[in-house]
Parts: sequence; structure tokens; C-alpha cells
Amino acid sequence: MTNPGWKTFLRTVLGRAYPRFIGVWREKSWLFFDVFLPLLQVSAYVYIYRAIGAPLEFSGFAVLGGAMIAYWMNVLWSMASQLYWEKETGNLQLYLIAPTSRMAILLGMALGGLTATTVRAAGVILVGTLLFRVPLQVADGALFFGVFLLTLISLYGLGMLLSSVFLLWGREAWHLSQLFMEPVYLFSGFYFPVRALGFWVAAVASLIPITLGLDAMRQLLYPQLMEKFRFLSVEVELGILAFLAVLFLFLSREGLRFFEDLARREGRLTLRGQ
Amino acid sequence: MGTLMGRMLLGEIAVKTEELTRVFRLRKREAREGRREILALDRVNLEVCWGELFGLLGPNGAGKTTLIKILATLLAPTSGRAWVAGADVVENPAEVRRHINMVCGGETSGYGLLTVEENLWMFAQFYGIPSREARRRIRELLSLVGMADRASTKVYHLSSGMRQKMNIVRGFLTDPKILFLDEPTLGLDVQTARTIRDFVRQWLLDHPDRTILLTTHYMHEADELCQRVAIIDRGRILACAPPAELKKALQRDVVFRLYVEGIADAKNLLDGMKGVRALAQHMEEGRLSVDLILSEEEALVSVLSRLHAAGARLAELKKEEPTLEDVFLSLVGRKLSEESP
Repeated sequence: MTNPGWKTFLRTVLGRAYPRFIGVWREKSWLFFDVFLPLLQVSAYVYIYRAIGAPLEFSGFAVLGGAMIAYWMNVLWSMASQLYWEKETGNLQLYLIAPTSRMAILLGMALGGLTATTVRAAGVILVGTLLFRVPLQVADGALFFGVFLLTLISLYGLGMLLSSVFLLWGREAWHLSQLFMEPVYLFSGFYFPVRALGFWVAAVASLIPITLGLDAMRQLLYPQLMEKFRFLSVEVELGILAFLAVLFLFLSREGLRFFEDLARREGRLTLRGQ
Repeated sequence: MGTLMGRMLLGEIAVKTEELTRVFRLRKREAREGRREILALDRVNLEVCWGELFGLLGPNGAGKTTLIKILATLLAPTSGRAWVAGADVVENPAEVRRHINMVCGGETSGYGLLTVEENLWMFAQFYGIPSREARRRIRELLSLVGMADRASTKVYHLSSGMRQKMNIVRGFLTDPKILFLDEPTLGLDVQTARTIRDFVRQWLLDHPDRTILLTTHYMHEADELCQRVAIIDRGRILACAPPAELKKALQRDVVFRLYVEGIADAKNLLDGMKGVRALAQHMEEGRLSVDLILSEEEALVSVLSRLHAAGARLAELKKEEPTLEDVFLSLVGRKLSEESP
């Protein structure tokens, strides 16, 4: 499409992000569903680690993993399958007839989701560390923040890619999201260092950026302990994350163009009768 | 029509289609009576001028929405071409989108958690409208549809009528050159539908260079609002003219409404009779209501004789002025309220 102008691009990003920003303040139920419920799962791992006499840092693995789950859930349910929901409600057709960039809409969804989820993840970290008194000390704050940011950029890039792929499908998108949810908890090592699964499983799981992001963040939080458990060095993981970020953002743009065109030809951009 | 022709010759066409066809291929499990394809649009040729409020009148499933979706760049045609504001909808959809907006009946767009104003502001951002200007237009348009006091109401608290008024505001907010209104008053109460119709009419008076393409299966809506109406059925345009002209074409015919008792079906009795051009029937309060279009008034005598012979009692007989409904009946052979088979 012709360039709608950077001002319209930015306005679109902010406009689409707005419902997610505001949702945090208007619907407080997330405190229960997105902080309390994930903490139950985290608690289970914390108590297992305590029962077997594992170092306190292991509880930190679980709390950090519990916080990062919020991002994975957000990417699956509020990014990947979002265009399917938007189609159901009739928003998608209004997005598509607007003279704006589709990438701006996706970026808005991502930015809004990322911001809202950060509030949730911070809630999990805060309550988790207070409750279980896990040590969270970062030696290199800038590097930790860089890893965290790159993880989120590549993760939401993946979400944008999935979103464009799911554009073509209806209810199947919902089932695919469900299919991706639990296995990723396991294979990305949300509650334990991923190296425990073996090199090749961890390597395949690294296609989900959270796998490498978590491993790198754990290394920066607990350098001594992670000497024995790290998958790859932080520098290598950072490089792969940067590559994945660029790759996913590029593929999402191309994928969106391809699948939108295909869906337009097949008459699947809107529901029948809509 | 002279003016219209003149404007067409001057190239002042807002929307044009040429042999536009759309076929939907069905999956195996969706096949209908063994058919794996549905012909939704069949070589449609249309021209809509700038400044025109053009109506597409047809029953459910006639192809109205398919046509709108193609013009709004949401659906690709199987063959044929279409231009909106001079741009080809397939080759240059981005240019088309700069000039259009669309509102559909029964639309549930937006986010329930946001207020009316926030929702409208959000959509305005996708058109690059600065926030201050967007809020000014929102306030102005909300007051025109009688919703000034609802700007801060969350959308999930709105009734369906209020929601549709908000959708209408959304459509006009971006000041489109061409607006597609797809059954905009579908399912609304009389008062809300009237407010929307009044608003649409006034907007076009205030913006005489803009164009509205309205689809509806409410014939009085098309009659009341549209400068020209195209009657569409099973994907084909059957007639296209100003409502008055369409009705005038029927004036050499005679339109009667009969209420009869004692029989449940008059169609089989009267179909094919000399002088009977078209008829439709439905039960109304225990009586059979029959709309008849006769090519000559004298044919009524034979009709009444045949009904009498079949045991029918005539309860009421009215001679009526032709309406668009009668035009549709005459062209299609069934009433507008009956869905496409």
C-alpha cells in the first residue's frame, strides 16, 4: 500500500494500543487471574525445590518463569489469535478498510499487550519475591534490561507473525493457540533451566524466544549457579534473540501481506453475513 | 437523467463496476444440493455518480453485501473490474481506502470496555486525524444523532440502537468521499431508524459532492432516501433507475391487494392466468393476503371468478399505487421480504 505517513502510522499504533492500556485500569480482575493464579503454579515449583533442598535460587527460576508466562499467554491469546477475534466482532474489516498500515495495527496490539502484561508480570515478580523471599540481584542491569527487551521484541514479533498466519483461519486459530500453550511451558523451561531437556530439545525450543531469554536472564541473575545449568552463553543467546527479532518482524510483515491477499481472494477476511 | 448522463460523460463517476462477478467455492461439507459453488455476483455493471445517494435494493442473499465488500477492498472479484474514486479496487486498494468508509447493520465493532468517545477516537486515529480535531468532530456528530450525553458511556452499556448510532458516527467521522452503508438500519426500532435516515439525508445535503452507496432490503428506505435504486437478485442487477421511474414503469399495470378467506393458496390457482403479471401471497391474521399485478384491470373479473370457483370468499379488495415492492415483485416474481432461494 502507499505510505500513509509516519504520523498516521504512530497514531494507529497508539490508537490500537489504547484499549489495552486502559484495560489494565478498568478491569481489575487481572489481579486475580493474571497474578494470583500464576502464583499458584509458581508456588508448586517453589515448594518442590524447597522439599528437595534445592538452593534458594531455584525458587527464583520459578518466579521469573511465572512472570514470563504472562507474556507467552499474552502473545498466544491477545496477539496470535487476536485477528480471529477481531474478525468475529467486525473490527477486522474496519481495520482493513482504513488507510493505514496493517503493521501499525499489529504493533499497536503488541505495544498495548506488552505494556499491560508488564504490569501483570511485575505483579507476579513482586508478590513472588515477597512471598518466597527469593534473591533477585542483577549484577549488570543494562545487559539484563537489554536481554529482557530483545526477548520481548522477538517474542511479540513471533506473535505478529502468528497473528498474520491465523488471519486465514477461524476457530482453528483458537485450537492452535491451545495446542501451543502447555507444551511451551515445558519445552521453554519456564520453571527450570532448559538445558535439563538436552541440547537438541533446547535448540528446537529456542525458536520460541522466551527459551533463550529466560536462560540468559537466569544467567545474569544467578551467574554462579547457572555456570552448571546454562544452555548457551549470554552473548550467543543475545545474538540469536536479535536475529529472531529481525526475522520474525520481517516474516510477519511479509506473512501479513501474503495471508491478507489470500484471505481476500478466498473471501475469508470477513464472516459470511457480516 | 440528462444531468446524470452529462456528469457520467464528464467522468464524474464515483463508483463503477464492469462485468463484476464473484463466485464462492464451498468446502465439501458446505455443499448445497450438490453444488460446490455459489454465484454471488453475476456480471454486475453499475455506475454511481459523485453526490449521489445510490441504493441497492434486494432480499437477503441477493449479493448486496458481496458487492459492497468488493468495493471496500475486503473481497477480490472472481472476474470483472471495479473502480472507486477512480482507483481500481484490485490494483490500487490503498488509493481506494483513502476515500471510503463503511458502516454495516448490526455491527458490534469497537471495544465494550472503552467509552463511546474513546472508541470513536481510536478509529479516527487509523485515519490520521489529530486528536483535537477528532474529539471536535466526535462531539459534533454525537450531538447530531442525539447522543451527546452518551460520550462517556462504556460501549457495553449501550442498547443496539445507540450502538448503531455510534457506528454511524464512526463512518461519517472520517469525512469519507464515498460511504458504504450496508443495511444501516437493520433490526432497529422505528425511531432510531428514522434518526439515522434523517442524519444521512442531511449529511448529503451538507456535503453535496460526497457519495453514499446504501444497501437495504427495506423498500421504503430506498424509496425515501435514494436518488437512484438498483434492484438486485441472485447476484444480477435487474433494473436501475430513480424510484419514481421504476414505479412509473408499472403504472400501465394495475396493482391490487386482495384479502380472501377459505383457501390457503392462491398462487397455484392464478399463476399463468391471462392478464396476471405477478403475484405474491402471505397469511395475515388468518386471511390470505394476495398482492396482484395485472396488465389490465379487466383481468380482475377472471381472477375473482376463479377464486370464487375454488371456494374462496373475498373479504377485502384494494387498488394500490405501485411501490418499489411491486416493482420488485414484477421483476423477480416474489416479494422482497421473501429470501433468495
